[in-house]
Amino acid sequence: MTAFPIAGRPAFGAAVCLAAAIALHVQSRVWLLEAPGAGGELYIRSGEALKRVALSYDAVLADVYWIRAVQYFGRTRLDTRPGKSYDRLYPLLDITTTLDPQFNIAYRFGAVFLAEAHPNGAGQPAAAIALLKKGFAANPTRWQYLQDIGFVYYWWLRDYQSAASWFQRARAVPGAPEWLAPLAAVTLTKGGDRAGARALWKQMLETGEHDYLRRIAGHRLVQLRVLDDLDALNAWLARVRAETGRPVTSWAALAPRAGAASGPPLDPAGVPYVLDPVTGQASVSNRSPYYPLPLDTQARPGPR
Amino acid sequence: MSVRTVGRVAAAVFRESVRDRVLYNVVGFAVLLIGAALLLGQLTAGQELKIVKDLGLAAMSLSGLFISVFIGIGLVSKEVDRRTVHALLAKPVRRSELVLGKYAGLLLTLLVNLTVMAAVFYAVLALLAWGETIEARHAWEAPAADPRLLVAVFLIFVELTLVTALALFFSTFTSPLLAAAFTLALFAAGHFSADLQRGYVGRPSPVAAAIASGLYHVLPDFALFDVKAAVVHGAPVAARHVTIAVGYAALYAGGLLLCAVLIFSRRDFR
Repeated sequence: MTAFPIAGRPAFGAAVCLAAAIALHVQSRVWLLEAPGAGGELYIRSGEALKRVALSYDAVLADVYWIRAVQYFGRTRLDTRPGKSYDRLYPLLDITTTLDPQFNIAYRFGAVFLAEAHPNGAGQPAAAIALLKKGFAANPTRWQYLQDIGFVYYWWLRDYQSAASWFQRARAVPGAPEWLAPLAAVTLTKGGDRAGARALWKQMLETGEHDYLRRIAGHRLVQLRVLDDLDALNAWLARVRAETGRPVTSWAALAPRAGAASGPPLDPAGVPYVLDPVTGQASVSNRSPYYPLPLDTQARPGPR
Repeated sequence: MSVRTVGRVAAAVFRESVRDRVLYNVVGFAVLLIGAALLLGQLTAGQELKIVKDLGLAAMSLSGLFISVFIGIGLVSKEVDRRTVHALLAKPVRRSELVLGKYAGLLLTLLVNLTVMAAVFYAVLALLAWGETIEARHAWEAPAADPRLLVAVFLIFVELTLVTALALFFSTFTSPLLAAAFTLALFAAGHFSADLQRGYVGRPSPVAAAIASGLYHVLPDFALFDVKAAVVHGAPVAARHVTIAVGYAALYAGGLLLCAVLIFSRRDFR
């Protein structure tokens, strides 16, 4: 036996074994399909206990938990399987903010993640409010947390009285901007209508200190525009129905009336609006980045 | 006691430490960690700067801790185990000069390490700031290359002077393994001392409370040197806090060094 085959065979064997291990690992993603929302257990749920174990490295540990929270939220949000839940989101954020009580982003972004309606978010506005209250207790000069609580009451709980009250409380914090007072007034007088909501989000768009929060505000403003578009579209569909005596069953059926503008109408993201052939109502597609639209008294439920 | 002799011993320790491969590995690890922080920042949402700062300061503190413990415990015991202590003591070097020289040499090593790491740290932060938009920078709690971070780095060094003194103290009378265990145990306990004061030990009896209170004052209070989270969030650190921390470390480390000199002077190496 020459030296070459002796040296070559183990090398070939090693290459085969390693390639097989990698192939098995790739396939294991399919065979060991995780349940929705699974992935990464939370063995320690006490932030206080972790803070002690961390010695003086609690801030780094807070960063680790924050990354876990962001990754968990993103992974769950992208999960298309039914029955997904964000049950570990609040514990992760709670641990993060206990380890580092000044972790501003964890409170503000965390509240956005929690309050957002399911399936794009956790659909837990009460947990969002609890997180923001915890943040304000640890940072009594951060009026932004009280403003954010007002937003949660306004947008997700539709409690305009409470929203205005939280905006007023935010205004009372030393150093808070003056525009919070008119914001509270607008909330009280126009709460529930889109003009009020638009004023709120425009304010956030113009004054939000983080790019992410400004992007959220921009997204909400486009959603409000989509609601306006749908109102106009459905009013037009209602007129056609009144003229023809039957509901419009497809966008193609409207082509002769629409003239050159044939084809389905598109939302601002370029995704066609969906037409319910039974009711003849238009709505936003679940493929659109603006789905689901916020609860709105002027919007009507429709097929997705 | 001759300061010149102490200085010569310190220079020898520093040269040996710099030549030590483990030392380079730890520094390399810290630099790598700071670099990795840039990648880690991509995993999160808008907190790259905070994570880089947290990770950088923690890496400096941890690598400094490992250097002071794992080199500190061998400073004296290694000379005894290799029997080179006989050759050293045959020269005109007093035992106190040897202990203090060893201590000063390791502190010099730590200082050089921390300085290099701080320079790398600031370079990474400056790079991070350079790549960000003005709006993003406006949202930061504190500027990237915030000079206040130097306060945290300085207090890390002050903390390490105490850790090194502990390691050296234990190394004068016990094995390296036990010295490392005792030093690390006291480092951990020193972070719990505030809990002893606050009574987190479960509302104890008056005797237990007195013991807890005694331990709080006797154990080294390492929490006093931890301002990392505060400076990362841009909070100011009072000059009085820094002064008290420096004074406390000087007195505590001084006491430990005197004990180490006393024990080492009485040891019989025959």
